[in-house]
Order: sequence, then C-alpha cells, then structure tokens
Amino acid sequence: MPDNDVMISIKEVTKRFGNTVTAVDQVSIDIRPGEFFALLGPSGCGKTTLLRMIAGFELPSAGQILIDGQDMEGIAPNHRPINMVFQSYAVFPHMSVFDNVAYGLKVSGVPRAEIGPRVEESLDLVKLAGYGPRMPDQLSGGQRQRVALARALVKRPKVLLLDEPLSALDAKLREAMQLELVRLQHTVGITFIVVTHDQKEALSMANRIAVMEEGQVRQLASPAELYEAPNCRFVADFIGKTNLLQGRVGGLSGAQVLVQVEGIGPVPLSGDKEMRGEVGVAVRPEKMRLRGDGPAEDEVGIKGRVAEIAYFGEVSFVYLTDAQGRSLSVAVPNHKRTGGGAILTGQDHWCCWRPEDAILLPE
Amino acid sequence: MESWRRHPLVFWLINLPPTLWLVVFFLLPLSIIWVFSFGEKEGVIGINVTWTLANYVRAFDPLYLEIFTKSFWFAGITTFLCLVIGFPIAIFITFSPARWRPVLLLLIILPFWTNLLIRTYALIAVLRMRGYVNFTLEWFWEKANGVLLFLGLDNVALLGERFQPLELLYNNTAVVIGLVYVHLPFMVLPLYAALDRMDKSYLEASLDLGAGQFRTFFAVTVPLAKAGIISGLIITFIPALGSFLTPDLLGGTDSQMIANVIERQFKSANDWPFGAALSYLLMYITFFALAIRALMARGTSAMEAA
Repeated sequence: MPDNDVMISIKEVTKRFGNTVTAVDQVSIDIRPGEFFALLGPSGCGKTTLLRMIAGFELPSAGQILIDGQDMEGIAPNHRPINMVFQSYAVFPHMSVFDNVAYGLKVSGVPRAEIGPRVEESLDLVKLAGYGPRMPDQLSGGQRQRVALARALVKRPKVLLLDEPLSALDAKLREAMQLELVRLQHTVGITFIVVTHDQKEALSMANRIAVMEEGQVRQLASPAELYEAPNCRFVADFIGKTNLLQGRVGGLSGAQVLVQVEGIGPVPLSGDKEMRGEVGVAVRPEKMRLRGDGPAEDEVGIKGRVAEIAYFGEVSFVYLTDAQGRSLSVAVPNHKRTGGGAILTGQDHWCCWRPEDAILLPE
Repeated sequence: MESWRRHPLVFWLINLPPTLWLVVFFLLPLSIIWVFSFGEKEGVIGINVTWTLANYVRAFDPLYLEIFTKSFWFAGITTFLCLVIGFPIAIFITFSPARWRPVLLLLIILPFWTNLLIRTYALIAVLRMRGYVNFTLEWFWEKANGVLLFLGLDNVALLGERFQPLELLYNNTAVVIGLVYVHLPFMVLPLYAALDRMDKSYLEASLDLGAGQFRTFFAVTVPLAKAGIISGLIITFIPALGSFLTPDLLGGTDSQMIANVIERQFKSANDWPFGAALSYLLMYITFFALAIRALMARGTSAMEAA
C-alpha cells in the first residue's frame, strides 16, 4: 500500500559485516517526498552504509527499504529510481562533460534526439552551460562536483543521494555550495538525502536530520529542534557547543522538574516529569550571559574564573572554571568594534542563564 | 637527487660497477653480434666482417618470412588468449577480500619460481598421449560406456570400439597452450595493477546511472584500465614472440618459431652472421612495439592524472 506522504521508507534495517560489526542497527526512518533529508553523525556511525543500502550497493542483513512504495529487495542499483553523487564525484575521466552527463541517458535507451537538450538543460541547472566539450581534468573540484550533480539529475530520479558532497571543497566554496544545493533542490523538487559528518552543513541545508551514532538513530528532528531540544547527551554534545552540567531531580514544581545543580541550588526545568535521579542540564554558550554582580532576577548562575578567551571574529568564546572545577563556555557577541577587551583572563564572572533556556537531559 | 653534484667521486664510485657490468656483459656482446650480422661465414669458425647486407636480404626469403609470420601469429594468439583469460582473473583478484589478494597474486607468480624447462616437461606429462588429459577423458569414456552397457546399448559401440586418445602434443595447439600457460602472469600482473589503482566508485557510478555490469565493463572498466591493458599486451607479446623452448619441446615439425631458427643458426647450422641478422630483426620489432607503447602511454597519462 503506497503511502503518498512517504518517498523512502526504511523499516528495521540492520547491516552486519561479518559476525562482529553491526554498522546499521534496526534503523527505521520515513522520508517524505521533496524533503531535504540529512543523515548526520561521526565517522563510523553507519550513515554511509545506510545510504549505500538505499542506493543498492550494500544489501541489508535484515529489514526492508521501500522507495515510493516499492520494495527494493532484489533490485539492482541500476534499476532503482535513485541517483547518487559520490564523495569522490566519480566523474569519468575518459569522457567529456557532455558524455558524462549523457551516459546515464544513453545506457537507459533515451532517444538520441532527446539526449542533447536534456544534457544542456541539466548543465544549465548546475550553471555549467557551455562546459560540455571539456574534459574532467580541465575542471576545478567544484566544477567536477557540479558535473556529478548534473549527471545524476539528468536522469530525473525520484531521490538524489549525496555522500559527503561538500567535504572535498574549501571552506568558502563549501558555504556557497550549501546554498546552491538548497536552491537546486527547490528547483527540481526531488527528495535529497545527504550524508554528512558536518553538523553546520546539515543544520543549514536540511529540513530534517537523523543524528546517528553506533548504527542507531539517536534523534530525528528539524534542525532547530535538534539544536534547541536535543533528546540525549550525545545529540546535545554533537550538535553545536554545549555546557553540560550534572544534576539530580529533587522534585516537581507545578509542571516543572526541580533539578538540584551543584553550586546553584534547585533549578526549575521543563521536561520529562518521569525523570528521576541523575540528570544532565545542558545550556548553550550563546544562551549564557556574563555578569559581574550575580544573576538577574529571572536567571540562575555559576561563578567562575576566566581561563581563556577564544576570538572568532563575530563572537568570542570565554572559557571559565568554577569552584567545582567545571569548565563553562560563554559566547560573547562582539557588538562593538572596540571595547571587546572588557573581559580578561583571571577575572571572576557570573555565567548566568534563564532556566527556560536550559535543556533537561536523561542520564 | 641533486646531492651527486656535490659528491661526484661518491657518485662515480657507486655507479662504476653497474656501468662496467652493463658495458662488458651487455652492450659489448650485443655490439659484437651486431657487427657479425654484417659478416660472411669463413670456414668453420671464421667470420669475415665485410659489411654486407646479404644476411638481412636472406632473412626476407619467403621461407624465413613465413616463420616470422608464424611467430607473429603464435605470439598474437597467445597475447589475445592471455588477455581474454587474464582479465577475468585480474578482476577476480581485485574484488577478492583484501586478505586473500596476496595469496591469489602469489598463485599467479608462483610458476615464475619454477624452472621453465621443468614446467614445460610437466605440461608434456599432462598433454601427451598417455598423459593426464587423456587419462581423464578415458575415465569419462569408460564411465559413459558403463552407462551404455547398463542400458544394454553396448553392442552398438556408440563411443567407438576403443578409447581414442587425443593428440594434444607436438602440434601448433600445444605450442599455443604452452605459450599461454607461460605468459599468463605477464598479462595478469599489469592488469591487476591497473584495476587495483582504479577508484571503484567509477564502477558504482556507472551502475547507479543505469548501466548493467556488461556495459559498465566495456564503457568504464576497459577504458580506465587501458594503460594496464597496453602494458600487458606488449610485455606478453614481446617474450612470446621470442619464445624458443616452448615451440621446441611442445611443437611439431611445422610449429617452429623464429627463435628456433636463430638457435639453429648459432648451433647446428653454424651460421653466426645470419643468426645475428635474424636476432637483430627480432630486436627491431621489439623496439617498435615498445615505441608504440610509449606513444600510447603518453596519450593515457594525461587521463590518469585526472
């Protein structure tokens, strides 16, 4: 029964290599049509294996993958309605740009008269119009990636898979390409699935992100939700910077959980009221303020000594150590061109935040 | 690499022995043979160098041209068969699990460590009338006959009265079998080297774009392994062309190759000048093949750099 709201359905998929390695462990994900979906995680978390199973280069040890309602079991990569942009781009070095893009059309028997216009259209889409006669060794890395994109998109797949598409580009080009990919995805309206280890890349491009660790999906949510409401320590730590404090559930206060944090006292936090015992309290550095004279009325705070200041241009990260030896980082925006040196190492400051900006995490 | 300029004495001391070796044992004898090829036989052992071209002219006698042609033919078929047999082997090794690859490569190289003469005699034991191929065929013949007997069809003698062993030895086929057997590693190793170097995502990209395995092989694998294929073809063809032991031991009267003729000139015919001329012609052909390889390599190196 095809579900119109699901383009790719991954059901309880497991991949084992040999007897010892479980690369992907009972993963279930539904990806919607037209979605820009990201598989995010550190290297070795199974994200690439999962992508390769969708493409058909690896076979699941257990579970099912459906694309547009059709079970992919026993269907070879060349018969799946998907195309892939490889990490190394895999642009055929012995073919011109035109022949590279035309290759997929030729092998699937598209009429000759149709190939030319479609290739041109596709090259146009990735802003490589007129590059047809060039050979790949005459192109830059970024251009070669565009060829790989054009070559995949010309087939008009239902899903485009991108394996670490930006990892080989330099920082400036990578940023431009992130926007470019989003624009491209809006234009063609195809479902994009991108594998990346770069959380910034995933946050800026994707509609939804599945954060993976050790072969399992830890959290599947929108970028803002992952950042502001991570569901576990791993996600809180992996996405962005975070200050993780240890706490203990002391009781309930109305709809809120009272968490006893050492050096602060009871802090009312919203979260799972069933939580008991040791818990984590995560506060993002930019949610914290540095104050010289203690927290404001609606804030809580910890006093610490400035150990180090890292200057990043638009923002400086101030690292403090408190009486318990805990390390805290506070993001201080550099609003003014001058006067940024108001905070000095060795000074004592209060790291303050509003309890509603803290995240309650299970142990 | 520039340091030799600063220590010229060390440089010359290190390089003198190999240079001397090369000159005394390679260039000098080769030059003598070259000079001999322009000489005339005089008496039993004498050679009178008269700078005549008669030996070269004689080499173009139809008799020798035919043997040259035949040698080309043998070497060509051998090279082709090595490519056809060697390519699947090279692919198989490339895509084997990493821990098996050294073992498989060793199996390919192993025959190199055995004397060619011993390998060739072993092949004789396999191919001769009372050899292992015929033993195997005979076994099948007897079993098949047993089935016929069981079915009560023995009196019709469907398979003949007696087992007729195949004549596998002392003919052109035996020479080609022997040559392919000996030269297969020369083909497999460069092919393997080329395939192993190749980024496997090219193959996956081809499959991903909708091509089947067959199409991928001819449109992607073969062009990308082109340098390895050309290397394999040439380093198989050159030694195959100059083969002498294999046609001598496995061949019949009409399967001699040019190296056999050369050997005869130096030994039984005792015509060193003519043998020298034939040797040099064979060498020129080899150089020609190497020049082609160099030219084609220039074409592919730009592509490989991509």
